[in-house]
Amino acid sequence: MSRVASGGRIDRTRAIRFSFNGTRYGGYEGDTLASALLANDVRVVANSVTYGRPRGVFSAGIEEPNALVQVGHDTMLRATQVELVDGLEAIGLNGRGRLSSEPDTGRYDKIYAHCEVLVIGGGRAGITAALEAGQTGDRVILVDEQAELGGRLLGAGWNDWLEASLATLRSQPDMRLLTRATAFGHYDQNLVLIAQRLPNGGRLWQVRAKRVVLATGAHERPLIFANNDRPGIMLAGAARTYINRYGVAPGNRAVIFTNNDSTDAVAADLKRAGISVEAIVDVRAGEAVVDTIPSPAGGGGQGGGVRAVVLATLTGSGARREVECDLLCVSGGFNPTLHLFSQAQGRLRYDEGLACFMPDSAPPDVEVVGAAAGDLAGRGQGTIMPYWVVPSDGRDWSTHFVDLERDVTVADVRRALDTGMRSVEHVKRFTTIGTGSDQGKTAGINETAIVATQLGQPVGAVGVTTFRPPYVPVSFGLMAGRNRGDLFDPIRMTAMHPWHVAHGAVFENVGQWKRPWYFPRHDEDIEAAVLRECQAARESVAVMDASTLGKIDIQGPHAVEFLNRMYTNAFDSLKVGSCRYGLMCKVDGMVFDDGVVMHLAPDHWLATTTTGGAAAVLDWMEEWLQTEWTDLRVHLTSVTDHWADVAVVGPRSRDVVGALFPELALDPESFPFMAIRESDTGGIPVRLHRITFSGELAYELWTPRWYGLALWEAVMAAGEPFGITPYGTETMHVLRAEKGYIICGQETDGTVTPQDLGMSWIVSKKKAFIGQRSQRRSDTARPDRKHLVGLLPVDGDQLLPEGAQLVVEPEGAIPMKMVGHVTSSYRSATLGRTFALAMLQSGRERLGAMVYAPLNGHIVGATVTEPIFYDKENVRRDS
Amino acid sequence: MIAEAVRRSPLAEYVDKFAALSADSRGDLSIREVPFVSQLNLRADPKDAVLIQSFAAVLGFALPTVPNTVASREGRRALWLAPDEWLVVGPEGQQGVIEQELRNGLNGAFSSIVDVSANRTVLELRGAMARDLLTHGVAIDLDERSLGIGRCAQTMLAKAQVILERRDDSAFVLYVRASFAHYVADWLLDALAE
Repeated sequence: MSRVASGGRIDRTRAIRFSFNGTRYGGYEGDTLASALLANDVRVVANSVTYGRPRGVFSAGIEEPNALVQVGHDTMLRATQVELVDGLEAIGLNGRGRLSSEPDTGRYDKIYAHCEVLVIGGGRAGITAALEAGQTGDRVILVDEQAELGGRLLGAGWNDWLEASLATLRSQPDMRLLTRATAFGHYDQNLVLIAQRLPNGGRLWQVRAKRVVLATGAHERPLIFANNDRPGIMLAGAARTYINRYGVAPGNRAVIFTNNDSTDAVAADLKRAGISVEAIVDVRAGEAVVDTIPSPAGGGGQGGGVRAVVLATLTGSGARREVECDLLCVSGGFNPTLHLFSQAQGRLRYDEGLACFMPDSAPPDVEVVGAAAGDLAGRGQGTIMPYWVVPSDGRDWSTHFVDLERDVTVADVRRALDTGMRSVEHVKRFTTIGTGSDQGKTAGINETAIVATQLGQPVGAVGVTTFRPPYVPVSFGLMAGRNRGDLFDPIRMTAMHPWHVAHGAVFENVGQWKRPWYFPRHDEDIEAAVLRECQAARESVAVMDASTLGKIDIQGPHAVEFLNRMYTNAFDSLKVGSCRYGLMCKVDGMVFDDGVVMHLAPDHWLATTTTGGAAAVLDWMEEWLQTEWTDLRVHLTSVTDHWADVAVVGPRSRDVVGALFPELALDPESFPFMAIRESDTGGIPVRLHRITFSGELAYELWTPRWYGLALWEAVMAAGEPFGITPYGTETMHVLRAEKGYIICGQETDGTVTPQDLGMSWIVSKKKAFIGQRSQRRSDTARPDRKHLVGLLPVDGDQLLPEGAQLVVEPEGAIPMKMVGHVTSSYRSATLGRTFALAMLQSGRERLGAMVYAPLNGHIVGATVTEPIFYDKENVRRDS
Repeated sequence: MIAEAVRRSPLAEYVDKFAALSADSRGDLSIREVPFVSQLNLRADPKDAVLIQSFAAVLGFALPTVPNTVASREGRRALWLAPDEWLVVGPEGQQGVIEQELRNGLNGAFSSIVDVSANRTVLELRGAMARDLLTHGVAIDLDERSLGIGRCAQTMLAKAQVILERRDDSAFVLYVRASFAHYVADWLLDALAE
């Protein structure tokens, strides 16, 4: 055990048991995994990613590149950040982490917060800033990545000040203190994302702050020399932290290697912890560590740690000497932590005197304080001799590690420069420096300095690589938050949804809606259920929940003109109380959406849209009204959710509707196709429309959503004598395809004109509409475009897969010339065979010809037909 | 005649869950659906002084013109949604009456009045925890100094559009599209664990 007899902020009365690589150890509350491992003399924590070299604890914080461990689902944690808890089971990473195949059972959440001042960093500078901001009565959030506030003051003799300050902060009503919370992204207008660690999970804070104070401190950087990666080599400041904060002696015999004054205090702390200081090697005195010597392999996997260091003068004169030690404390100076500052577009400048990059111009409402602002007095940097890499023996740079996590050496950087790269960005990508999960916190500036030295340029001129979020790795679980399972995305339901569930509907996702796909009886499969449902609609009566259709209320004196411009067809002649099918194109002339437009009253219309297109159509209409046609006096209101819609379909539908509305005249003369009537049944207010999407006699019954379920149940009861059959979207698709009715997004894909669909009849020649000009382009008018056609497979049992490509010469050479594709394909109860719709090149000229779908291992031949298979004369629809 | 007995509000099946929650939280939080609230979407040119005055006479208060504010009187309220758009809200069963009164004031002016009563249902959150609960899913600032009493906002609660109204000291009112109501209710109940 290397626990110092007393001191530190650990609670020695609360012992904690944990295991590491299967061996059981003890620690105390307040330990990190790293401090507990050092206390148990575990020097080798992980093996490096490329070379498999043994690695130990290098730092005492977030910048740790070496001591990577796996704990449960978390594959890449820094042992320096893992709080020791009873029963913790950790494994040192051997190379790469392995993703768990088990679901993450952690609980993650998101929260939004707003404040006038967000202080990032809970050390001395941050606490001071929060105290100041807190006096104004503003909302202040102070966030720190560690388990307790205090930063480097913890265990450093500042307890009284710390406790008094924290007491003041806690007494302020609008002060929020967040610990275990790392600000990892700083975006425009001071949006800051913070990852907070919670027991078995975490919380993502999205904070919008009027002002951000960055008190992010500074990271110590190492000096680079041969074999500078061995266990036992650590940042000098980290050694102090282990002694003072955790009461751990990270070694027995130490050598200090430095280029600045900060290590003065290290020597004193080491001695106080009972560690002998064998040598203080200071480049300012002309001496350097040029190599390290490992302990023998073996020793329960604990070999390979530093056993001795090799010292030499910087000039190379004089004899080399070896000094035995098991701890090498290294300091190359300090880098202000400016990741967030840079993310927020703050500019940096290199300070020759301090040998570091400093904040230059700050973005609006961002302030940098403390060590992050270059005030390195607290870190005791004092005088510094800028120094980066100790020259190598024999010009071998392959063990001068620059990026410990990525196993990148000076040799790699030199290779990058030899290939002609000059930018640090290129060197970063070639070598992978700074691309590890530590984001190169101890490596990045050293990379710049090496490039600058090699190129003979000033460090400031070479600059740093771009800092991008996230500052620390963020788990997918945290990003997902509670958007999991049923809350992954909203599940939209109609008023009749409970009935569908109770009656065994199999559901289909249509956008965010759950729509019944089919209603199997007993153990029917989809094929049997759909054949039965289709038969009911064609021969008797069937019913569908059509509530999901988009619905847009349109009012205003210019409503007709607006509709005429939006749709390809005209609405001038449509009388109040009637409906008309409408087709809509984008400016490129391609079909966008379709629906039924209803004329409800003078200057009052209502347009339905496809289920999936509702929001896009409303946006599209509003865009034209608000940006192009500002002279049109038209108002749009979405009423999609206001109405429930029951479609009663089939030759017996008039009987069912008649039973519900006995006072309503339903004969074809009184209530013709495309007419609208208002009535009620059992007190339920209903608007009836004679609309069909099946080709059968059909009624759509609309009622405010509150009555949707009651109306549905009333329809079911009234239809019972006729064997009324509920059906879902699959049957709807089959019925409409038999009639050759398109579905926007199925037959169309944004490259199809109305003319391609054989729907010239709906394109007005008398008025202007969106897309009209494009439809006159030579390309949209050429005869060999793909046309909508029907296909009848030669074998009426063969079902063409939707999406299948069509060819004319199935035995031709590969690649075959593809002339079209199948858009819809079904088995038809009515036809007693399979059929399909397809988009086929010059399709209308190929009627009666054969096309072929080469599929995996076989070829399906089909005859090209007109895209209508049922009741071409519309006798049933109009009956 | 209206068949009240056969009406069903979007969150009818959550009555027990919400009641249990209110009992558990000992007054810190209650959630309830206020079903069948009358709602009319009103569009009118705010510069048409005659029309705006006419609406004010009908409602007994002027339509709010400050963005995201609410005006109200005797159970009727108007939420500002856009420079030319308001949501007029009234007690259950009043939508027909309000609509007719507003129409009577038109005198041929350009306006649209649409009954959207069933388009959204209303959720009322009360108690000290109400605001905290919402901060887990609403990105805008819900603090007193931003969304004070008498203010409203159109925003997202998690992934659902909502209109949010700050009713009084402890009440936040959510107007939720009916098809999203289950999602919002489930989300709120799940967020309680936080």
